Amino acid sequence: MSDATLSHGAEHAAEPHEHAPHHPFLQHHFEDMGQQHEASTLGMWFFVAQEILFFGALFAAYFVYREMYPDAWKAGSHHQNWQIGAINTIVLIGSSLTMALAVWGAQGAKRKFTTLMLVLTLLLGGIFVGVKGYEYAEHIHEGLFPGANFTYVEKVPELTQGVQLFMIFYFTMTGLHALHMVIGAGLLLYFIRRTWRGDFGPEYYSPIEIMGLYWHFVDIVWIFLFPLLYLV
Amino acid sequence: MAHLEQGHQPDHETYHGHAAPPHQAPLGMYFAVFAALMVLTVLTVWVSRIDLGALNTAVAMAIAIVKALVVILWFMHVIHSPRLTWIIVICSFLWLTVLFVLTFSDYLTRHWNMY
Repeated sequence: MSDATLSHGAEHAAEPHEHAPHHPFLQHHFEDMGQQHEASTLGMWFFVAQEILFFGALFAAYFVYREMYPDAWKAGSHHQNWQIGAINTIVLIGSSLTMALAVWGAQGAKRKFTTLMLVLTLLLGGIFVGVKGYEYAEHIHEGLFPGANFTYVEKVPELTQGVQLFMIFYFTMTGLHALHMVIGAGLLLYFIRRTWRGDFGPEYYSPIEIMGLYWHFVDIVWIFLFPLLYLV
Repeated sequence: MAHLEQGHQPDHETYHGHAAPPHQAPLGMYFAVFAALMVLTVLTVWVSRIDLGALNTAVAMAIAIVKALVVILWFMHVIHSPRLTWIIVICSFLWLTVLFVLTFSDYLTRHWNMY
């Protein structure tokens, strides 16, 4: 009797393996797709956590020097074209929307929709970086690039060095942000290919979800950069 | 038996033993979040053109924090994430707060001895 019960129990435990073959993207150290998804997103959040601190240190330094040179910060911010900054903010949040829609599409196995949304995200990201490049060119043309080529002289000459310091923060923070965008664009290209190939669906969409976490994080950094650099 | 069946309902805390039922939010939610972010962006620009003195930065940062929260909770799906994810998210901002508070408690108080 007890033998029969035991063997029945063992059969039952082996059941999922016999009847449902492993998902091709389930790695052997995970029990099921759910556990794998949870581990992937959690791991990505650990990465995002250290990115928050990476940019956080820059923001802390920004506030320290802004406290020291409030007038120079105001003058430096006036060199930024807030209309362009606002348009770029809308473009970037728009790219976050298409990214979120791509994740939604991947969850619903909508291959073409997801691919389209990823392409739109890449396009909007490209517009953002392009506009940023235009802004950089303008600043360099005006002699606002810090260093030997910084030739701009403020109407209140005493502010000039402080403005140069502001521009150091401007180029460092927006430059690192743009670098994240470029890396994100590379990742998008890779995932566009994989999505088109049909890798993702309701069972397996973690890579798109994780791509989204990265993209939205970069969006959040800009949400703070915009008022701090353009609207002082 | 009936309550045993209930045990198989999708569980957001952990997917263990389930074939990962994805939480697919309604499409309208994403557009609502986008609309909210747009309104807050307009608000950011609008409020920056009103002279509130020292409060301008505080208001701008408050709006930015609300925008970041909206993105984190709904675009980044934290609202439907397991508790472990919440802990990582909350801790990361906790450490950021430590970074800010310790830095500012030094630099922003250095000139106090002049008074």
